[in-house]
Amino acid sequence: MRNSCEHCCTKIEDLTVKSGRNTILSGVNLHVNCGEVVGVVGPNGAGKTTLLRTILGETAFQGRITFRVGGSPSKNPKIGYVPQKLQLDQGAPISVADLVASAISRRPVWAGINKDLSVKAGKVLAVFAAEHLLKRKIGDLSGGELQRVLLAIAMTPAPDLLLLDEPASGVDVKGLALFYRIVRGLRQTHDISIVLVTHDLAGISSYVDRIVLLNRCVIAEGDPKDVLSNEKLLEAFGPALWNISCLPNSIANGKDAHGGH
Amino acid sequence: MAVIEAWYKLISMLPFDWAHYVFMKNALLAVLLVTPLFALMGTMVVSNRMVFFTDVLGHSALTGIAVGVLLGFHDPVLPMLILAVLLSVGINLLKNLTRASMDTVLGVLFAFIVALGIVILSRQGGFVKYTSYLIGDILTVTPQQIGWFFAIAAAVGLYWVIAGNAMIFTSVSQSLARSRKVNTFWVETSFTVLLALVVILSIKLAGILIINSLLVLPAAAARNISRNMYAYTGWAVIISLFSGVSGLIASYYWGTASGATIVLFAAACYAVSALSGAVRNR
Repeated sequence: MRNSCEHCCTKIEDLTVKSGRNTILSGVNLHVNCGEVVGVVGPNGAGKTTLLRTILGETAFQGRITFRVGGSPSKNPKIGYVPQKLQLDQGAPISVADLVASAISRRPVWAGINKDLSVKAGKVLAVFAAEHLLKRKIGDLSGGELQRVLLAIAMTPAPDLLLLDEPASGVDVKGLALFYRIVRGLRQTHDISIVLVTHDLAGISSYVDRIVLLNRCVIAEGDPKDVLSNEKLLEAFGPALWNISCLPNSIANGKDAHGGH
Repeated sequence: MAVIEAWYKLISMLPFDWAHYVFMKNALLAVLLVTPLFALMGTMVVSNRMVFFTDVLGHSALTGIAVGVLLGFHDPVLPMLILAVLLSVGINLLKNLTRASMDTVLGVLFAFIVALGIVILSRQGGFVKYTSYLIGDILTVTPQQIGWFFAIAAAVGLYWVIAGNAMIFTSVSQSLARSRKVNTFWVETSFTVLLALVVILSIKLAGILIINSLLVLPAAAARNISRNMYAYTGWAVIISLFSGVSGLIASYYWGTASGATIVLFAAACYAVSALSGAVRNR
């Protein structure tokens, strides 16, 4: 069924990304179908964040990335993006309502958010169990609360492709389960493809349709069950599996030469 | 000019000593226009961690004056503006093209630009002529300059209406902003150019040494007591206006430099807001 690509929404072919003399991603092929949740799993420095930034169009690359929206090719799809962190310090006087209202309205939020807009923002958040956070400062949110707020914003308006960067970081177990359930639900309510990037293989396996093991290139991909049994392999052989690398120079460069964090 | 005449008449009705002097009436009007402007710009300067950048911009005025002197300009405002705009666009490009630590880049630039300005202006011991630029002189503001402030205040107000929300997203996360089709490069560039205009056009009022405090203090104080953008913006404008008017009037009675006196009032506001913020968060 995979790679039939009739409903292939995002198609990445032979993607190579370099930063200076280091190769961060090499020959990556990844097809994401409509309504599919793909988990991209890899260790730190595997190039996961770079992959997302490349899809977002922020990085120069070799290869091809094509999108299809509603069956026809699109150069400019709507992409929802949930970043791993914000470049925001804790004291920043930006409330949840400010951010959501900026996303749904052209009315400048510094001039105040009227009742009507506040109700609308509340409705956007309610879908993601975050309505009660409306008046809170962004910096005061817990990891899980922030992820849900950012997800609410990424889903407004509904995108063609949703990218989630390390949603597990800084989120407690309960918060994470809630987050994954919501993401899983989105797949049913919206016909969108979702790419979820994480280092937490065990955590996502029951929520995704397909798992891609990435370490600068695609090492393996398949049904979560198959990959999980593969993980037993991984456990048996220890972290040595992650040392399988597609790039001769990645060993020479040392570990963690690049990547999101 | 009819507006100015009406303003003079209005202020003359006040029962204060200072209200009889034209230079105080001009200065007060300038303060009422410039301080809210500084407050608005300051909120974004603080949010985007551009405090050091604006300090470099302010100090580039020195080099701008020097270039003006070299080229034989009577009024150095044009070379100052050109230099500051080039500098802000250049720094912004550098920030986007490289991942170099901006802290270090700005530090190097700061030293270079100040040294260059001082070297040129100090030839034959002539630096004393330019000290008024260092500490500022709001009392010499002319109605024509006030007209300029009015124009730039209108431009900033319009910019805030158009780009306000885009600026918030850009300051929260560039990637997030770009995924929402915000042209972050354009937002940042246009903001820094506007910043260069505001800083250079008001440098004679505020002074190179303290203009940055006037930008940063009201926003920093507002940040201590605000939980959303509306409160942040509102408090910054109120604190800036309050410090501006009280600093100007106090400087009249104390016989001190107006710009620095205004900064002291703003600093006092910062102290009070930091305390009340700390108490509230307990």
